[in-house]
Amino acid sequence: MPQEYKLVLKYADEPGYTPDIECYLRHGGYNDLKKALAMQPKDLPDGKKLSPQEQIREDVKISGLRGRGGAGFSCGLKWSFVDRKSGKPIYLICNADESEPGTFKDRQIIHKDPHQLIEGMIISCFANDVKLAYIYIRGEMPEGAKLLNKALNEARAKNFLGKNILGSGYDLEIYVHRGAGAYICGEETGLIESLEGKRPYPRIKPPYFPAVLGLWMCPTIVNNVETLCDVKHIVAMGGAEYAKLGTPNNTGTRIVSLSGHVNRPGYYEIETGKVTLGQLIHDPAFGGGLRPGRSLKAVIPGGSSAKVFKAGEKFKLKKKGPDGQMVEQDVDMLDLPYDFDSLIAAGSMSGSSAIIVMDDSVDIVEALANIAEFYAHESCGQCTPCREGSLWMSKALHRLTHGEGRASDADYLVKIADNIPGGRTICAFGEACSWPVQSFVAKFKDEFVSKGKADEARRAQENAKPMEESKLAAVHH
Amino acid sequence: MSTTATTETKPAAPAIDRIKVKVDGREIEVPKLTPDWQGKLVPTTMIQACELAKTDVPHYCYHPKLPVAGNCRMCLVEFGTPALGPDRKPVMNPDGTAKIAKSPRPAIACATPISPGMEIYTKTPGVKQMREGVLEFLLINHPLDCPICDQAGECKLQEYSVDYGQSASRFVEPKVHKPKAVDLGPRIVLDDERCILCTRCIRFTKDIAGDDALGIVNRGSYNTLTAYPGKVFDNNYTLNTVDICPVGALTSKDFRFQMRVWFLKETKSICTSCATGCNIIAGSREEKVYRYTPRENNAVNACWMCDHGRLNYKWIGREDRLTEVRRQNSEGRSEKTTWTVVLNEIGEKLKKAPHGSVAIIASARQTNEELWLLKKLANKFGALTDSIGHFGEGDKLLLNTDRTPNKTGARLTGICQASAGIKLMVIADSIKVGKVKTLIVFGEDVTKNSIEAELLDKLETLIVSDILPNETTKRAHYLLPGCAHVEKRGTFTNVKGRVQKFMKAVEAPGDARPEWEFLHDLVYNVTGQDGFLTIEGLFNEMAKDVPAFKGLTWAGLGDTGVTVPI
Repeated sequence: MPQEYKLVLKYADEPGYTPDIECYLRHGGYNDLKKALAMQPKDLPDGKKLSPQEQIREDVKISGLRGRGGAGFSCGLKWSFVDRKSGKPIYLICNADESEPGTFKDRQIIHKDPHQLIEGMIISCFANDVKLAYIYIRGEMPEGAKLLNKALNEARAKNFLGKNILGSGYDLEIYVHRGAGAYICGEETGLIESLEGKRPYPRIKPPYFPAVLGLWMCPTIVNNVETLCDVKHIVAMGGAEYAKLGTPNNTGTRIVSLSGHVNRPGYYEIETGKVTLGQLIHDPAFGGGLRPGRSLKAVIPGGSSAKVFKAGEKFKLKKKGPDGQMVEQDVDMLDLPYDFDSLIAAGSMSGSSAIIVMDDSVDIVEALANIAEFYAHESCGQCTPCREGSLWMSKALHRLTHGEGRASDADYLVKIADNIPGGRTICAFGEACSWPVQSFVAKFKDEFVSKGKADEARRAQENAKPMEESKLAAVHH
Repeated sequence: MSTTATTETKPAAPAIDRIKVKVDGREIEVPKLTPDWQGKLVPTTMIQACELAKTDVPHYCYHPKLPVAGNCRMCLVEFGTPALGPDRKPVMNPDGTAKIAKSPRPAIACATPISPGMEIYTKTPGVKQMREGVLEFLLINHPLDCPICDQAGECKLQEYSVDYGQSASRFVEPKVHKPKAVDLGPRIVLDDERCILCTRCIRFTKDIAGDDALGIVNRGSYNTLTAYPGKVFDNNYTLNTVDICPVGALTSKDFRFQMRVWFLKETKSICTSCATGCNIIAGSREEKVYRYTPRENNAVNACWMCDHGRLNYKWIGREDRLTEVRRQNSEGRSEKTTWTVVLNEIGEKLKKAPHGSVAIIASARQTNEELWLLKKLANKFGALTDSIGHFGEGDKLLLNTDRTPNKTGARLTGICQASAGIKLMVIADSIKVGKVKTLIVFGEDVTKNSIEAELLDKLETLIVSDILPNETTKRAHYLLPGCAHVEKRGTFTNVKGRVQKFMKAVEAPGDARPEWEFLHDLVYNVTGQDGFLTIEGLFNEMAKDVPAFKGLTWAGLGDTGVTVPI
C-alpha cells in the first residue's frame, strides 16, 4: 500500500499545531540549528580539516537533494558553484514566489510551519557563510509574508537570528521581500532583478550566473522553500540517511500538489519515486480516484508548463531487468514512478510537483487556451520569441475557442510554438509557454482539427444562408 | 614625450593573447580579449569574432558601445567546442583533428564568449530558421507602415526582412495596438507600435548619457517604451537614441518628414559647435543640409554627438547669408563687385601698408589652413594677430566649454595665445592712437569684443570676411563672403590635438568662396609665394611649416584624423 511519508509536513497538520515559535520549540524546533552551530572541524585522513560549513555542504551533496522549485537541479552542486573567493558577500535567497499554476505546497509550509523554513534557511546560510538572506515571497501571499515576518521577529528575539547567534559568533539577518505579483519573479535571475528594485527581466547567462554574479553582482544562492526545509532534515538525520529516502538519484520526500478532477485534491508528501502517478490519482490514500462515471483524459504531471500526458499513453523506459541488465520496458503513463528522472524519460517533467488531473468532461482546447492565456499574461516581454509568441498562441486559441477556428489552426499553433523554446529565449519561460501547446496539440490533434473544421462548416453555412433583413440593413449602412 | 604624430590618444596597450576559432569552417585567429562598451578588456564574444572573420551576424539589440542586453535573439548561432574525454583531454578524430561537440542549444553571439577551438556556425539551416522565426515574431505586431516611416531606407527590420522575411504573413490575429506619436521630449517623438523593444535607447540614456529617463511598462507583448511618468526626455544627447533605434520608433522632430534618407548625400564632416570636434556625417540633398549624424571615431566621440551640435546647422542655409563680394566706393557707398577686383585692390593696398600698421583678428572657427595663410600675411607686415574665445556650459560627455572648433589650430599656427583674445585690447589701443590703420577680420563680430564700432570707423581699411551679416560686416570697406565648413574642405585641430579633415557637402551660395582659396590668391598677390593650389597641397605645405603638424599629410589624416602633441 502506497503511503504518505511525512518529513517536512510532519507536524504541520497535527491538531493544535500552530505557526508560533513556542509550538515549534515544543516539537524540537531549532535543535538542528544548534547541532549545526556546535559542529567541530573534522580531521581528514590527509591531515586537512573540514570546517563545519564544509561538512554541511558535503552532507547536502551526499543527500542527493534536488531542487524542489521546478528544475530539479542538485542542491549540493548548486552550492558548490558559489564563488567563495571573490571577497564579495554571499547572499542566499529563499524563492517563495510559488506561482506555477497547480502548485500550492510552499504556501502550506509558510502558513503552517514558517519556523521550519527559517531554521532550514539559517542552517543553509551558515553552511555557505551568508550574512544576509532574503525571503522573496509572492505578492499574492500577504498572509504568508505577515506570518514570516512574525516568525522572523520571534526567532530574532530568541537569538536564532541577528548578531552572534546562540553565542556561536555567527551573524545573520533575514528579510522578507514581497513581490508585486508576477510569475516571472520565480525565475531566479528575474527574482534577483526584482529584489534589486527593477523590472524582473531575467538576466542572460552567461555571464550572469547567480553563483558568481547574482544579487548586487555578488555570489548568490537561490533555493526553493521546500529545498531549504529539506536541508534542516539532512542536518538532522545525516546526508546518507536522507539519501535512503526515495529512490536513487531521486532522494528524499516531495510534497505533491494534486488538483483537478480527483475526489481528494490536496497536498501529499511522498517518498520520491516510491509512489506512481496512477496511485497518486486513484489510491484512496491520495487522490481517491475520479468522480463517478468519469474516465481519465489527461494529466499534467508537473505544473501547467509541463508537457501533458494522455490517458493510456505508453512510454518505453529503461529499467533494470532481473539479471541486472538495462532493458526497455513499456510503461503505462499511470505506472510512472512519481520522481524527477522517470517523468523526464517520459518526455515531461515533475517540475514543481503539481499534478493537474483532467477527466473526460474537459474540452482540451479550452484547457490549453486557459494555460496559454496565463503564459501570455505572464511573459515579461524582454526577449522576442516569448514576448510575441506567447500572445500569438493565446490569441489563436482564443479564436479557436470562440467559433472562429480553422482546421489548419493545429499546425499553425505548433509552428508558432516551435519557434520559441530550445535556447531561443533568455529564460525557461520560452519552454514553459510552448511545451503545453506542443504537447496538447501533438497528443489531442483530432480535437483541435475537428473544432476548427466545425467552425469552418458553420461559417460556410452562415455565409450561404440569405441574410436576414436586419443584417442586410446593417451591411447597407 | 614622443613628438611624432599618432592615431591614438592613449599609449599602445600591451599585446593580447590570440586564440583560434572557426567561423563557418574557416579558421581565424582573434584576440582573446576585446574592449567592452566601457573600454574594459573582457573575453571576446562570438559576434566580435564573426566580425573579424567578416561574417555578418544580424542583430538588433547589440551595439558595441552599449552594455549587452541579449534580448532580440536575432544573433542566435549554433556552435561547438572541442569534445573532452573522461580524462578531460580533447578527443581526436581519426584524421588527427579535434573532435567537436556541437552544442544542443544555440547561443546569442552578442553575449557568448569564445573559447579556443570553438566552431561557430552562422549559415546552417537551423540558424536561418531561428532568424526567420525571430523576424516573423518582430513583424506580426509591427504596423508595416514603411511608406510613411522616416526610418525606411535605414531600417534593420527592412534590411533583415529582405534576408530572412517571408513575402506573406500567416498572422491572422488582431495586432497589439500601442501609443502613437508620443511626445517624449522636446526633440523626440516615439511610435510605440514600431518599437521592437531592443532597449538600446534605454541603455544609452541610462549608461552613456547618465539620464535614467526611459523604461518599459506593461508585460509581454504589451511591453511599451516610455519616459518615466511625468518626466520629459530632455538631455543633451537624446537624438542619439534616434540614431541607434534600429527601427522607426524614435524619430527626430527636426528631421522627421523632411527628406527620404536614400536621397541624402552623405559627406564626412566635423561638428563645429565646440572644441571636441565630433566626427559627423552631413546629410544633404540639392545643396541643402538636412541633418547631422555622428560618425564613429573612438579617439573623439565614439558613436555619439550632442543635440546642441547636431541641430546647429540651420544657419548654413539662412536667407541673409553674405553672398556678394562688396567694396566701398569713393563716395563711401557699398557696391557689389568681383573677386578679381577686390583681391587686386586689397593686394595693392596691403603691399603699400607700412610695417606694423596692419592687424588681423581671425576666428577659431576657421580651418588650420586658413589660419596659417593669415599668419603668413601677418608675418609679411609684422601684424598683430589674435582670435576671439567663445564659451558656454560644457558637460561630462562631449560638449566642451570652448564653443569654437579650432582654437588649438589658431594657437598652433601662431594666430593667438593659449588664451584667445588677450591682444584685442592692444589692437584696440593701436587703432585708437592711429598706429593700426588696416584691420583684417575673419568670421568674428569684433564690435562685441573690445573693438567698438566707432573705432572701426577710424580705420583706413577694414577688410572683413564672414558668412552672416553683423555690425562688423556692415562697416567693411571690403566684404568677402566666406563658406560654412560643409561648403569647403579643410582641417580643424580639436581640444585634444586631433587634426581632422572634413569634406565638402554642398555648394556655397552666390559668390561666396572658401576662405582658403581667396586667401591663397591674396597671399600670392602680396608675397609672391605660391605652390598650394589644392587643399591637399596647401595642407601638406602647412604641415612642413608648422612644427606641431610636422610629418602630417592630407592623405595620412584618413577619415578619423591624427593626434598631434599639443
